[in-house]
Amino acid sequence: MITVNGLRKRFGATSALDGMTFTVRPGQVTGFVGPNGAGKSTTMRVVLDLDAADAGEALVAGRPYRTLRNPLRHIGSLLDAAALQPGRTARNHLLWLAHSQGLGARRVDEVLDQAGLLSVARRRAGGFSLGMRQRLGIAAALLGDPPALMLDEPFNGMDPEGIIWMRRFLRALAAEGRAVLVSSHLMSELQDTADHVVVAGRGKVIADASVAELLATVSGGRITVRSSTADAAVVLAEAGASVTPAGDGTLTVAGLPAETVVALLNRHGVPFSELAAHRATLEDAYLELTRDSVEYRAATPGEVR
Amino acid sequence: MNAFAKTLRAEWTKFRTVRGWVIGTVTAAGVIMALGLLPGLQGSCGKHGPGSECVLPVGPGGEEVTDSFAFVHQPLAGDGSITVRVTALTGLLPGPNPDEPRPGVVPWAKAGLIVKAGTGQGSSYAAVMVTGDHGVRMQHDYTHDIAGSPSAVTATAPRWLRLTRTGDTVTGAESVDGSSWTTVGIARPAGLPATVEVGLFVTSPQYAEEVNESLMSGAMGGPSQATGTFDHLAPQGGWTGAAWQRDSIGASSNGPAIRDSGFVRDGDVFRVTGSGDIAPAVPGAAGTGASVTQTLVGTFVGLIVVVVVGAMFVTAEYRRGLIRTTLTASPGRIRVLAAKAVVVGAVTFAAGLIAAAVVVVLGQRVLRSNGVYVHPASTPAELRIVAGTAALLAVAAILALGLGSLLRRSVTAVTTAVVVIVLPYLLAMTVLPTDAAQWLLRVSPAAAFALQQAAPEYPQVANLYTPPNGYFPLPPWAGFAVLAGWTALALGAAAVMLRRRDA
Repeated sequence: MITVNGLRKRFGATSALDGMTFTVRPGQVTGFVGPNGAGKSTTMRVVLDLDAADAGEALVAGRPYRTLRNPLRHIGSLLDAAALQPGRTARNHLLWLAHSQGLGARRVDEVLDQAGLLSVARRRAGGFSLGMRQRLGIAAALLGDPPALMLDEPFNGMDPEGIIWMRRFLRALAAEGRAVLVSSHLMSELQDTADHVVVAGRGKVIADASVAELLATVSGGRITVRSSTADAAVVLAEAGASVTPAGDGTLTVAGLPAETVVALLNRHGVPFSELAAHRATLEDAYLELTRDSVEYRAATPGEVR
Repeated sequence: MNAFAKTLRAEWTKFRTVRGWVIGTVTAAGVIMALGLLPGLQGSCGKHGPGSECVLPVGPGGEEVTDSFAFVHQPLAGDGSITVRVTALTGLLPGPNPDEPRPGVVPWAKAGLIVKAGTGQGSSYAAVMVTGDHGVRMQHDYTHDIAGSPSAVTATAPRWLRLTRTGDTVTGAESVDGSSWTTVGIARPAGLPATVEVGLFVTSPQYAEEVNESLMSGAMGGPSQATGTFDHLAPQGGWTGAAWQRDSIGASSNGPAIRDSGFVRDGDVFRVTGSGDIAPAVPGAAGTGASVTQTLVGTFVGLIVVVVVGAMFVTAEYRRGLIRTTLTASPGRIRVLAAKAVVVGAVTFAAGLIAAAVVVVLGQRVLRSNGVYVHPASTPAELRIVAGTAALLAVAAILALGLGSLLRRSVTAVTTAVVVIVLPYLLAMTVLPTDAAQWLLRVSPAAAFALQQAAPEYPQVANLYTPPNGYFPLPPWAGFAVLAGWTALALGAAAVMLRRRDA
């Protein structure tokens, strides 16, 4: 379990973290999303004691990172897949990490296998594609078989096959009961992966909810109905729904489940040609939530910042 | 396994798995060996058939000595004394042209009385003398030197000298008037026989002068000679009554005199002219041959390489962001720095030890087979030179590591390390005048090169005790302490900053 509580940090005049607070729970994948500059990477560096926070605390398994013995056995992390000595082979990169935790070469071979890197284990990491480096970073994070994982933008540079692999992998890790925190600046990457999402903007948490809750907030259980008669609006409004004409011959209905809408219209003999639950995507939710927090947005003409 | 042992093992695994660092370390050792073993200096010792071997006389203490002087002597059986008045000490120095010597006396020109076990070179002796610039001295058995009154001899201020042999001891005394005497020193020369050779001696060591021109500094010089004028010669005791006999001790072995060394007796007045020295043999401009230090000329090249490796061992991690992975695995930052220092230090020490041992053992043979006379160093001195060279390289690599950790950027760190460690040495060895060179070799990390000094310095032997001749301003371990101090400073600052800064 990873706990982040009231982290504040300034770099000169800019505030990188402004009271960042959230918890990563075991057994699920927690997405950590937000635009560039939202403080995701800084938060992760503070958790790992790489950066010092001005205020607040970050705990791994209830303890500050620096007090952990063999920290990689408590939390595996991948901050920057490019952080490799180019001349060192993948296996040797993992080997020195293993030695730092009192682990041996056997464990290295296990994680190489898990990450699908056995065939390239003795190749220099300098020749790896970004996708392969991500896999190597995952292997490094898994070395200590930790109950918690923290990955910064692990989908970056991966091909579609790699992305699918990564998603399955993350889901499997969570299913094993691990706490998994995955950051991304693209909500869509987390669509089918995360169980829980922490949305960050300008150094603090904007939303901290399960994916289902988040989608419900955005879509509000709305249903789109297309009907040629005005009766539909009357019938549904009488049943307690809030009905808004969308202008293109459709109605947006809120407050009633889709099955009830269908039953009502059928009972009253109202013809309709189309009925659809309004499906919001995580992307929609994210855009709506971060509308005010995007750090670097192109200024529209006439707008003064 | 405790936390430090694990970090240490991880850092060692890191080091050995980057081919460039391993190759760099091997290269450093290789280049030291190559430059030490490739034939460089050439000499003539033993190159011209039998008899041309360079063999220096050996003194009673086993050290190699110079023993050449003009000697006017007769045997003394048992106890006795000899008294003389020195009225002048003049001489000739090499001039701008070899054939035109100019008048002058070198500071350590000597004229006085000597009691010597025999006329063989290297035999034990005790002597009291006036010198060109160092007043009255009492010396014995080559390495021992006691100062008497500091004034020089002139016609108006002559100096009386007396040597008294009593059993195993020889007492030297001086007087301004021949009646009131002051003891200069009492010596116990090793194994004086019952009958010794006693008399007047004059000698004048090699003249050497530094040359500092725009681009190179070096030395020029040549043989000098001195003439002592004596009167009131008064032997007392067991003299055999033989005539005064003149010998040029070691005339052929240590450079000819400019003029024929002579002995003129004019009634009561003796004029003795001699050239050479009675002193420990020293390598360098005013001495003969090379020292073990010369075999380690490649050290500075090896130093450049290990300094680069030392700095890169940490800056490469900053360049790629790998330092974050390192600190994530080992959150104890000081521990990481210490482990890196131990790894770089140990690896470099091992490589340096092998290289220096090979060079000191085999390099001397190469020089000798090239006909160069190499002053043998004592075994403790050789061990100190070998271990010291390894320590110099190792600690310099750690200093570079500290600078790398402080500066974080490879180019900046490597440049700084080379500028503070290697450049002072190179400047001191080539272009700088002696004062500046010695200052640099006192204060800069290059002071540790003093560990490589093979030959001891003798204050009573005129020589250019300058860095290019293998003489360093600080004693070996003091020089090493200067480097160690800088390294401690750099590591300390690196530790503080490593803790304070975000990774």
